[in-house]
Amino acid sequence: MIRLSRRRFLRVLAGATGALVVGIPRLDAADAPIPAGWLGDQLYGLGAYVRVDADGSVLIGARDPETGTGAATALARIIADEMDADWSSVKVIALGPDTTQVDGKTRFVYGHQLGGTGTSVPSAWNDLRPAGALARWLLLQAAARQLGVPADQLRCEAGHVISGDGRRLGYGQLAAAAARIDPPKAPVPLKTPDRFTLIGKGAGDADARAVVTGQARFGIDHVSDDALVAVLAHCPWPDGSLDRIDTAKALAIKGVQKILRLAPEKDQPLGTTPRCVAVAVVAESTWAALRGRAALELKWKPGASAGESTAAIEQQAQTQLAGDGVPALRMRNDGDVDAASKKAARRIEATYVQPWLAHATAEPMNCFARIDKDRAELVVPTQAPQQALAVVQRLTGLSPAQITIRVPRVGGGYGRRLDHDYVAEAVMLGKMLDKPVRLLWTREDDLAHDFYRSGSVHAMQAIIGRRRQLLAWNHRFATAPALAGRGVPDDRLGIAEANPGHLPAGLVPNFRLDWYALKATTPRGPMRGMPDTAQAFAVESFIDEIAHVMRENPLDTRLRVIGEPRQLPLPGGGALDTGRLANVLKLAAERIDWPTWLHTVNGLGIAAWYMDGAYVAHAMEASMQGEQLTIERAVCVADIGRAINPIGLEGQLAGATLDALGQALNQAITVRDGQVQQRDWSAYGLAGMAQLPNAVEVVVIADNDRPPAGASFLAMPTAAPALANAVFRATAVRVRRLPLMKELLRLL
Amino acid sequence: MAQLQDQGLLANPDASVTPEKVRDGIGLRINGEDFRHTGDPELPLLWYLRDVLRLTGTKYADAKGTGGADLVLVDGKAISAITLPMARLAGKSVVTVEGLAGPDGQLHPLQQAFIDEDAIGCGYCTPGWLIAGVDLLRRKPHPSDADIDSLPNLCRCGCQTRVRKAIQRAAKGGQA
Repeated sequence: MIRLSRRRFLRVLAGATGALVVGIPRLDAADAPIPAGWLGDQLYGLGAYVRVDADGSVLIGARDPETGTGAATALARIIADEMDADWSSVKVIALGPDTTQVDGKTRFVYGHQLGGTGTSVPSAWNDLRPAGALARWLLLQAAARQLGVPADQLRCEAGHVISGDGRRLGYGQLAAAAARIDPPKAPVPLKTPDRFTLIGKGAGDADARAVVTGQARFGIDHVSDDALVAVLAHCPWPDGSLDRIDTAKALAIKGVQKILRLAPEKDQPLGTTPRCVAVAVVAESTWAALRGRAALELKWKPGASAGESTAAIEQQAQTQLAGDGVPALRMRNDGDVDAASKKAARRIEATYVQPWLAHATAEPMNCFARIDKDRAELVVPTQAPQQALAVVQRLTGLSPAQITIRVPRVGGGYGRRLDHDYVAEAVMLGKMLDKPVRLLWTREDDLAHDFYRSGSVHAMQAIIGRRRQLLAWNHRFATAPALAGRGVPDDRLGIAEANPGHLPAGLVPNFRLDWYALKATTPRGPMRGMPDTAQAFAVESFIDEIAHVMRENPLDTRLRVIGEPRQLPLPGGGALDTGRLANVLKLAAERIDWPTWLHTVNGLGIAAWYMDGAYVAHAMEASMQGEQLTIERAVCVADIGRAINPIGLEGQLAGATLDALGQALNQAITVRDGQVQQRDWSAYGLAGMAQLPNAVEVVVIADNDRPPAGASFLAMPTAAPALANAVFRATAVRVRRLPLMKELLRLL
Repeated sequence: MAQLQDQGLLANPDASVTPEKVRDGIGLRINGEDFRHTGDPELPLLWYLRDVLRLTGTKYADAKGTGGADLVLVDGKAISAITLPMARLAGKSVVTVEGLAGPDGQLHPLQQAFIDEDAIGCGYCTPGWLIAGVDLLRRKPHPSDADIDSLPNLCRCGCQTRVRKAIQRAAKGGQA
């Protein structure tokens, strides 16, 4: 059934008559979606992202979810620039995973649809500009007909077409005519960069006003008159089961309607099915559901994982790394580390330990699902709408055309919402109920039932030659693989645990990177900045330790290891430019007044990294008074190619810096008796304002000759080692175990 | 009243006047409008706002309000909405993030400062920061860094430095 608000109805009519629709099926994300075909065939002929209304307002669809990365704004500005839209008349709309039928096969309409993976802007740069160019071309043709002037004698500027003799037509005046023009067979030429008006200029979040007035609708805010609320009691063990349940007291609570059971499907990969057994309290209101959950009398039966602890998993790692065991995966092996080892003038070793981490998104997992026999409608806060659709499809047996998924603004992802266990739960409940359901996880659920970042142990060894040169680098590390349980064969499990091109690979003649696999039942998953965040902490702390042993300035040691500007080929293609790497390091050093490194009372620390086509360095200044660590200054330098939206980019770099510092300072997930012990944000150790630096000085190296690289996690890897290095200078204590504060206070 | 009449302490009222029944429930003012809650007096304000009134700007944090996403102003003071049962709100005036702007849509200076400083990540915790910031600026029109440090809010996107600038900007009348 199609439900339309009056407002929506008017808009749709406008779309059919007076608007240029370059194909946005969702006219207003706040309303119930309608089938795309309802707007008429013109929809698909014109592209998929732009709609111009008769009043001149421009709707631009953002295909990647907005999870706080600024992707929606950046994507819309790429399109808006290409079509010369007036940014103040642009409204950005979130697009769901819409599909179309091509030769009997289902195809996604929008191509790339992932948020928070650092790929939104690079992909958009590759293939979204033509969407804006097409809209501009159509408007130009319409203006040419209306003015009787050849299109090549017209120009576009801020929402208007202007003729040589100064006549101006607003896009709104041209929209209806433009919508009737057939798009050209050949691709429309793109603007030359010198004509960009929005790209390269900063803008705040396109939805800022809605956010600060409380009008922005997150998934958790979705309201529906007939929806029931479901709150879950998850089994504390991922492989546990329900032993006994007494529902009488819960059902006696006013508003509680049903108690339902959920269980993971045995044959499905992690992240596509419920994560563990759960009991759902379904009620008329959130409050009733929460009270019902509190009144449930439950006894869970532990599974084999009940003996698991993060302490024992770490011990597993230490044992493996101490022995002569064969690594599960030799990720890289340059030269001959063993042969070089025989020529050692000096051997330096250190072991770094990093904890398990949770995503702790601000908005807990939730999902709205209306599952009818022949159609499904969902509101899914996800980073991966197409993968969410696949889960819904599998569980409902419906075709993509029968499934509508709306992706609202998302209250944080960091990798958590690449998994869709909560979507599976909502769909399962939706199928059992004859009303739609709003699934809400409590904060406790959210922290205790995550797909965690595995803890890791890194055994580092450096071989120094007689001429003080770095002869060999041997990096052995152990993690519980994030890909386990996800349908990946055992011999491939290691590939997500490190990037085999990571530093200092290519800079040291003999280099080895070995991964050792840990067994663990506590589920793991992707995490913002991983695997580089963990690798960089070990590598960039260790370089500092080498410098210290060699009695060198750690900046000089780094620059010497990096060497002359040159291109180092990377596994899987591309090259690392050592000149750009040295450059971010030098700039960060300059900003933090590095020459004072040895003399200042406060400690200075530095670190640099390469990641996915971009270079980043952090420099930190830290002071210690009693038990109080203060991050006096934080500098982040990034060389990321073209900056699409410098304000958004700065926000991402500063934000990731603070995220990484918060992680490093206090955060740790610990498992005991198979259960996660942290159940709220205080226990997990989220950093308050006082612990974080008052400002992050961000320096972006603008390089418009290169395509934009992803920004959302670029500043994750180097913040923590730069801090640990600064702490070492301030306190003479080397922190080799995170979280930093706990270890520092133990060692002081 | 009946008792008073029985005791002859009150004159019989005019027969044409029907005395108004004492109204049930809890009367309170939210964003300048009067509401009367007749349901469970233990219902936390958060769910009254979100589920009943559908004012969803105030967010769920956790059962104790950790992180401040559910802050509202009660008689001008920032308080976690999930910790406030409706029973404690009789006669109180509540302002949520939806009520910070003027009736004409004019943003509160702190809302404007959040936009100007781009102090927005995912935006989930933003309403709570705004409420805490408004409360702080009321108590301390020119807050120090330490005053800003004392805010109970947590942010996962790392907007703290930009929030700090936004509060300072608002304190300076909108100047950076």
